[in-house]
Amino acid sequence: MGRLRLATIWLGGCSGCHMSFLDLDEWLFELAQHIDLVYSPLADVKEYPERVDVALVEGAVANEDHLHLIRQVRERTRVLVAFGDCAVTGNVTALRNPLGAPEALLHTIYVERVGTAGCMPHAPGILPPLIDRVQPVHKIVPVDVYLPGCPPPAPRIRALLEQIIAGGEIRLTGREMIKFG
Amino acid sequence: MAARTFTINDQLISAREGETILQAAREHGIFIPTLCYLDGVSAVGACRLCLVEIEGSRVLRPACVTPVVEEMVVRTDTGRLREYRRMIVELLFAERNHVCAVCVANGHCELQDLAIAVGMDHVRFDYAFPRCDVDISHPLFGIDHNRCVLCTRCVRVCDEVEGVHTWDVAGRGADARVITDMRQPWGEARSCTSCGKCVLACPTGAIFRRGATVGEMERDRNKIAYIVAAREQRW
Amino acid sequence: MDLSELLAIAEHENALRRPICIRCCTALGCQSAGSLSLKQRLEEAVAEVDRTDIEVIGVGCMGLCGHGPLVRIDPAGILYEHVHAADAPSIVAALDGGEATAPRGDPQHPFFTLQKRIVLENSGVIDPERIESYIAAGGYQALYHVLHDMTPAEVIDVVTRSGLRGRGGAGYPTGLKWATVAKSHGDRKYVVCNADEGDPGAFMDRSIIESDPHKVLEGMAIAAYAVGADQGYVYVRAEYPLAIQRLQRAIAQARRFGLLGAQIFDAGFTFRVDIRVGAGAFVCGEETALMASIEGRRGQPRPRPPYPAESGLWGRPTLVNNVETFANIPPIIRNGAEWFASIGAENSKGTKVFALTGKIRHTGLIEVPMGVTLRQIVEDMGGGVPEGKVKAVQTGGPSGGCIPAALLDTPVDYESLQRVGSIMGSGGMVVMDDATNMVDVAHFYMEFCKDESCGKCIPCRTGTAQMLHMLDLIRSGQATAADLARLEQLCIMVKETSLCGLGQSAPNPVLSTMKYFREEYEALVRG
Repeated sequence: MGRLRLATIWLGGCSGCHMSFLDLDEWLFELAQHIDLVYSPLADVKEYPERVDVALVEGAVANEDHLHLIRQVRERTRVLVAFGDCAVTGNVTALRNPLGAPEALLHTIYVERVGTAGCMPHAPGILPPLIDRVQPVHKIVPVDVYLPGCPPPAPRIRALLEQIIAGGEIRLTGREMIKFG
Repeated sequence: MAARTFTINDQLISAREGETILQAAREHGIFIPTLCYLDGVSAVGACRLCLVEIEGSRVLRPACVTPVVEEMVVRTDTGRLREYRRMIVELLFAERNHVCAVCVANGHCELQDLAIAVGMDHVRFDYAFPRCDVDISHPLFGIDHNRCVLCTRCVRVCDEVEGVHTWDVAGRGADARVITDMRQPWGEARSCTSCGKCVLACPTGAIFRRGATVGEMERDRNKIAYIVAAREQRW
Repeated sequence: MDLSELLAIAEHENALRRPICIRCCTALGCQSAGSLSLKQRLEEAVAEVDRTDIEVIGVGCMGLCGHGPLVRIDPAGILYEHVHAADAPSIVAALDGGEATAPRGDPQHPFFTLQKRIVLENSGVIDPERIESYIAAGGYQALYHVLHDMTPAEVIDVVTRSGLRGRGGAGYPTGLKWATVAKSHGDRKYVVCNADEGDPGAFMDRSIIESDPHKVLEGMAIAAYAVGADQGYVYVRAEYPLAIQRLQRAIAQARRFGLLGAQIFDAGFTFRVDIRVGAGAFVCGEETALMASIEGRRGQPRPRPPYPAESGLWGRPTLVNNVETFANIPPIIRNGAEWFASIGAENSKGTKVFALTGKIRHTGLIEVPMGVTLRQIVEDMGGGVPEGKVKAVQTGGPSGGCIPAALLDTPVDYESLQRVGSIMGSGGMVVMDDATNMVDVAHFYMEFCKDESCGKCIPCRTGTAQMLHMLDLIRSGQATAADLARLEQLCIMVKETSLCGLGQSAPNPVLSTMKYFREEYEALVRG
């Protein structure tokens, strides 16, 4: 089997899952023998490539850019992993959902609480519009593997990647693998 | 006291007369998931997680309130039960805002443990994301309705052990909320003795000690049963 | 009070009757259409023509509620429909020939002729506000007979042999229930009449109480004697003010006549009845929730066993029967078990009262022998749908299911209805025409169940909310075939795991419409 084309994606999340990924430390060298990192916030690739084997998707779907990207990721990826609690459940990113549509929230943050200098962010093409409700990834596109955790601890990420590299059915059970939080 | 012999998952086990399936199973180390059940207070059969199959019975029975009957044949872990339990746990996660990452009970939560036990790696139902209140008007404790699963353990422990009945349930269905006194803020609920038994009884991060932060809300739920046993043996 | 006094009251009451009787419906349906002022105008019109051979009496439901207010002239048997107060003088004048201004109804219509009235025998005939009127119709004689000539065991035996089954919905054999309560030990026992009728579109129990309250009380008293109870409760919802008022009056009258209270008929039998008014929660129709509510606690069900027959109100043996079940008792005692058992179908004896509503020409209250087909009820008695074709018949309310037109020849009995995925229920029957979307129907009932779920058990509380959400997604075209499959799975889970009947049956309207009208769901899903 050839080298796996691996991508990591950062949607609406704090990048903690990526930090945890980096916590794999020297095992990353071992990983590097099996994969090519074809797209990642850790690598400067502008366009999501074709024929990706595995994508680790961190974060919930919170804005229009996320929507566009996650659909592209789904189209071009064999195994899509919801990577961490935000991707799996919405988690902290979705804390805004009970407060209703985002406009009112933005207004409170950028105008009301700022005093006289406040204004709504409006520069076109810079900030993507927020969608009404933050959603877990599987609500938008089909997900193949769920890896909970906020963030998933490095050993958990390693256990998953080892299963993926080994091929065969992926099975994640027990406290070490699927505890939320 | 007469003994009863019956079968759980092909294992022959004995029980005391009047014992429930759940009690007998636990004594023999057989795991049946529960959420509304709490040693020391009455069982209400509400969470439906402890449902078991009984041979000859058309319907599923809650193990927490079903007494053992001689030669009963019980199954606690069939494919159907496993699927139903997972769905029930998923429905709970979808119902309110259970955000483990920022919860005081993270790591010490019965709902979180249940999710692991039933193999829930994600929730297949849509989240409701309801708007729920947090009441920190009490000087020592707080209640976060985002985390409440309406198990009524606080209601029962307050009524049956502390003998106060500060807690109750108001509203119906999805609008149901545990309340203090006549739905006043907890801090104004004059019947509350601040004994903290509800804090001990709560399975999730809903009722907490003020000042506790993420993951700090540890509690020894066995204390409730201990208090009850101590009292019963003295009287 | 003894038998001769009872008969004397009946005789006196009958002697008061005038040759011509104008019966004016004063049940809630006709009252809301103005029948009280109509009755008053009729009385004035009679007084104006100075006729002492005519009397006007207010009676209970005549059945054809959709055509009310109804007035019937007896013994001629003339029926007037949609009567306004202004029609009153012409109706009185028409007694001497001529035409009244109100439209004439057809008493020979199958709506009336196909009925078999046992429960409703006095409904629309006697004055529900006067106990004398009930006594004149033979009322309380069954109670006398039971107290003086029968042992409790004999009473239970008659009820058992009659084949009567619970009319509240589940169809549990009444005699068996009574026998269980009779055998259970307790320092006190209770009899409870469940009048917490809550199904959308159902008004059988309300009509029975409004039209013939004493019959229910007599049935309860007989039951109390049979099981050894001395206290009864009627649990009736606050939304039924007229029923409550008539029941209160009936209890007060019966007490005054010595037919309730201590030493009834000097037979050493004591039975008191009190009313408990519910706040209108659907779940309080479930017997354990109902009992919790009577005890003054939050109306929530608890797991059974123990059944109320062993451990009910305040932990004591309690008999809980539905209004219609109790109303069947006096006729069974009067006419015998064999008579009752000869009516109806193989395993469903007697009659059933239905509230016939929906897209149908003649809506109202009917009582039919068990075993008649849905087609006879819908097409012959109800006159079919006004426009288009019958699409489905919903029975059993939110706990029941939708039976498609193709199965209209299904006989109305407990087992047959269950076989086609519905239930007898308490007697709501809603007819739907081909303009009805069945996904909307399922959504309507699920919304009801979600609102009425008490919230105690997780599958019902969260499951109904989630099922409703999924139906919303389907209706707005956002659902996939996979969502449909998940909805079905969820339905089955909620059905099998819920604590009480509400949750266990809440998925039925979805499951039955999915079974018979799946294409309507599939038309709405994408992919």
